[in-house]
Amino acid sequence: MKWRLNAVVGSALVGVILLLALAALVWTPYDPLALSLRAKLQAPSAAHWLGTDEFGRDVASRIMAGASTSALVASVTVFFAVVGGSLVGVVAGFVRGWTDRVLMAFNDTLLAFPGMLLALALMVVVGANRWGIVLALGLAYAPSVARVVRGTVLGLREKEYVEASRMIGNPELTTMARHVLPNCVAPVAVLATSMFGWVLLAESALSFLGLGVPPPAPTWGNMLASGRPYMQTAVWLGLAPGLCIALTLLGINLLGDALRDRLDPRMAL
Amino acid sequence: MLGYVLRRLLLTLPTLLLVALAVFTLMRLIPGDPVQLMLGDRADDAQVAEQRARMGLDAPLPLQFGRWLAAVAKGDLGQSITDQQPVLPLILERFRVSAVIVLVAVALATLLAVPAGLVAAWQQNRPVDLFIVLGATLLLSVPSFWLGLLLLLFFGLQLGWLPVVGYAPLSDGFAAGAAYLVLPIVTLTLIETGVLTRMARASAIEVQQLEYVTHARAKGVPEWRVLARHVLPNAFAPTLTLIGLVLGNLLGGIAVLETVFTLPGLGRLLVDAIYARDYPVVQGVLLFTATIYVLINLLVDLLYPLFDPRVSVQ
Repeated sequence: MKWRLNAVVGSALVGVILLLALAALVWTPYDPLALSLRAKLQAPSAAHWLGTDEFGRDVASRIMAGASTSALVASVTVFFAVVGGSLVGVVAGFVRGWTDRVLMAFNDTLLAFPGMLLALALMVVVGANRWGIVLALGLAYAPSVARVVRGTVLGLREKEYVEASRMIGNPELTTMARHVLPNCVAPVAVLATSMFGWVLLAESALSFLGLGVPPPAPTWGNMLASGRPYMQTAVWLGLAPGLCIALTLLGINLLGDALRDRLDPRMAL
Repeated sequence: MLGYVLRRLLLTLPTLLLVALAVFTLMRLIPGDPVQLMLGDRADDAQVAEQRARMGLDAPLPLQFGRWLAAVAKGDLGQSITDQQPVLPLILERFRVSAVIVLVAVALATLLAVPAGLVAAWQQNRPVDLFIVLGATLLLSVPSFWLGLLLLLFFGLQLGWLPVVGYAPLSDGFAAGAAYLVLPIVTLTLIETGVLTRMARASAIEVQQLEYVTHARAKGVPEWRVLARHVLPNAFAPTLTLIGLVLGNLLGGIAVLETVFTLPGLGRLLVDAIYARDYPVVQGVLLFTATIYVLINLLVDLLYPLFDPRVSVQ
């Protein structure tokens, strides 16, 4: 019962944020980039539900636009990390031998860096823009996918049905695609869900540091950073973006727990 | 046991070498010519070539790597471009600030999280457990920089109990220095308590289902003793691994918190160096932090057999 509640609350939170993100693509109450110096730092009101920022931009509209930026960056990053990591993991685990050793040595070197540190370092190379973040965070998080997939594949390749597929003369590639890969889906799905949360957090942290999505494009992280000097008098500038990050992460964490219980009961908390 | 320790120590060397290679490669991948950047646009080709030769950048890459490695082994991480200071002392000075915060926070978080996780596991699926899990999940979901900002707003600006900006080293007087560290430490402690509590609970649940725990209960061992003697030591090992990972991750992630609290720590040094394109400092901080991370994991692995003797046998 308790865990079903997890799934319900988690999906509701994530669902609302995704809806906001999608809605922002076609409609926001105001133009999130439109400056209006006369309307700056206004408290929340009927006209501006979440108030306005130091340039008179509507905070609610910027929160919505920020949701789509963050959701897009996180989705594309997780997609690349999962696809790239799975590819490396499957090849290493299935081919084994020297290929495995070389791939894993490279992989483990990347894992020897704390994720956020590696992302910061890669941002220097790729430059602070939204595709740079995707590349940096994707590279920073792909190695853990590769590790999990390789481990799963190593366990799977000894299974009888994989052996059977080989014995009836299926090419290695068919065996891999038909019998090994589908069984990696569950652990990867569990990892990808939590990873979505890590990436979202890392993206807002990078944006907060000024090394992520550059202004004026709004993200929750850079909104917090730019609102910081005004927070004493304009509390709403500090509350709304932070609350959005926290609620999204809470939703993802709850959903991740529910998914793990469902797909991989051995890991159930 | 000795074999395990030696094997683990030996395995660390290739890892460190690969880490150094990764840092070196990464720095060479940065677009733009570092020499041109140092000398500015007005430098002519001859000056650039001369500076390249002086910095050894005209040598083949493997040779450059070898020379750099030899210098690093002697503790020479180069000179900062912005203030012409040697990089290593700069890193060590900043590292002290970050290390105090991270170590105190993780120690406090462990002291809170392990008992909380144990109690939650003991009361599994009862209200107390639900309360602890919910609390931990909430803490886990709050971004550290936001929690920091909120605490700063409330305790610093509204109540005026603690300083809002600035930093004083602890060596200048404990009370004065500590005032600047209270909020960052509280922020980190709260967040890491969330992560660690969930881990401690999960491993305690796993352990308490084992037969020897049932056996201990069946023979009438008091409940607190079952928890303290049989569940806790075995449930602590996985948590220890996580503590190692958390410590390392914080070294990379603390930059945001140091930005919120304007602390001159290692993370802030890295971010400032990235902004200033001070590549020797960036390179030094990357290498230093990754090395510390590898060493922390080494330490965790070496401590592991103390909690789980099966490890050294394998």
